[in-house]
Amino acid sequence: MLRRPQTISLITIAVIMVVLMNLPPRFSEPFKIVLSSTFFPLFGLASTADEASETVRRNLLTRSALIRQNQALQETNRLLQIRLMQGEEAMRENDRLRELLEFERRSSWPLLAARVVGRDPANWWRTIRINRGSEEGLSENQAVITADGLVGRLSSVGLGYSQVTLVGDPECRVSALVRDTQDFGIVGPLQALPPLQQGLVQIKYLAETSQVQPGQTVVTSGLGGLFPEGIVIGKIVDSYSVGYGLYTEARLKLAADMNRLEYVWVITL
Amino acid sequence: MNWPNVILVFATTILAVYLESAVVILREWLGAQVDLLPALAVYTALTCNFPTVAAMAVLGGLWFDSISANPLGVTVLPLLLIGFLVYRNRDLLLKEQAYAQFLLGLVASAFCPLCVVLLLYSLGKEPLIGWTSLWQWLVMSFGGAILTPMLFLALGHLNRLFSYPTVAVESSFRPDREIKRGRY
Repeated sequence: MLRRPQTISLITIAVIMVVLMNLPPRFSEPFKIVLSSTFFPLFGLASTADEASETVRRNLLTRSALIRQNQALQETNRLLQIRLMQGEEAMRENDRLRELLEFERRSSWPLLAARVVGRDPANWWRTIRINRGSEEGLSENQAVITADGLVGRLSSVGLGYSQVTLVGDPECRVSALVRDTQDFGIVGPLQALPPLQQGLVQIKYLAETSQVQPGQTVVTSGLGGLFPEGIVIGKIVDSYSVGYGLYTEARLKLAADMNRLEYVWVITL
Repeated sequence: MNWPNVILVFATTILAVYLESAVVILREWLGAQVDLLPALAVYTALTCNFPTVAAMAVLGGLWFDSISANPLGVTVLPLLLIGFLVYRNRDLLLKEQAYAQFLLGLVASAFCPLCVVLLLYSLGKEPLIGWTSLWQWLVMSFGGAILTPMLFLALGHLNRLFSYPTVAVESSFRPDREIKRGRY
């Protein structure tokens, strides 16, 4: 027997939800931001607890361990100073050559560090949440990177938190360039996800004559305007001809480990 | 209405959604995140009244979608359907038995992601589905099934801690032997 009030409430809620689901993102996004703000205290509490445990762990280190760590850091520092010197020289040379060729000067990226506080609870999307938002001047579609390479782009920005759509998600496609062969393509998710291999993505629409080889580096091309040019995306794993030889596709292993992201940097261009 | 139980259900709902986003151990070990909400929908349907079941499905689903890339409201419908079906048949279900809870959790946890993915496709979205998804679905189904009896145990225990103990009233009244007077 159908219990009328229950059935009526079920149908009413279902209708409201169908309307909500079909709302365009510019209307539904503010609702999402308001609802997700319920989790601010929990995410904040977890961040504080993490930082406190990190401080305690640092304070508990023995003197000998600290000395070892200090020595290692000094060594790395010296190495980085030499690299910086080389880099600055290369930049100066680059600027001079650009001036000679009347090219626009390349500017360095302004970066903002952010902590990863959560991941998408659904298994069929690749997104993360970071603890920076519009308060820090972030806006949608800004690129997110780590020291290893490209991570993704900001897809939704709240007051103190933002959502990053990772490379490999269907909502994040990147215009890419194979550095060695200068072939352009589009990086997106694999058509058929192989079992338990989450670091692989696909580069499509490479020219049929493309000579891509395993191990070659793929970087952002700068076309499309979303991602600055030259950010490492990953390395080619294998390539194959598709569409009756019309174009080439390749699988690539992402440079950034998306499963172990703790801190990321947002390029605030 | 058993208010402590209702408050416990809502507190667990928000905590479950938060943990699914913040805790990555299962995702790193098994390659999939277990969803607690279907198990919670089963618990709510077997222990609370219908408005609480509906409110849990709506709030849980909206909270889940708000921190996910899902369109808002897509998780509400499967949770509501699970809650409604279990609630309608709750007099027939052996809710005290762990194996019944396990089986209900298994069916609910298997049904929910399938339904969400179907809804996503019907909305024109492209979720990441492949061979990996089959493994993820198994992890979600069995993870949810294992967590359901544990949820009953934990929430039942907490509910008893915060509620007044039920006093067993002994009475010789038997409805089958009641003498009914007047015209029928």
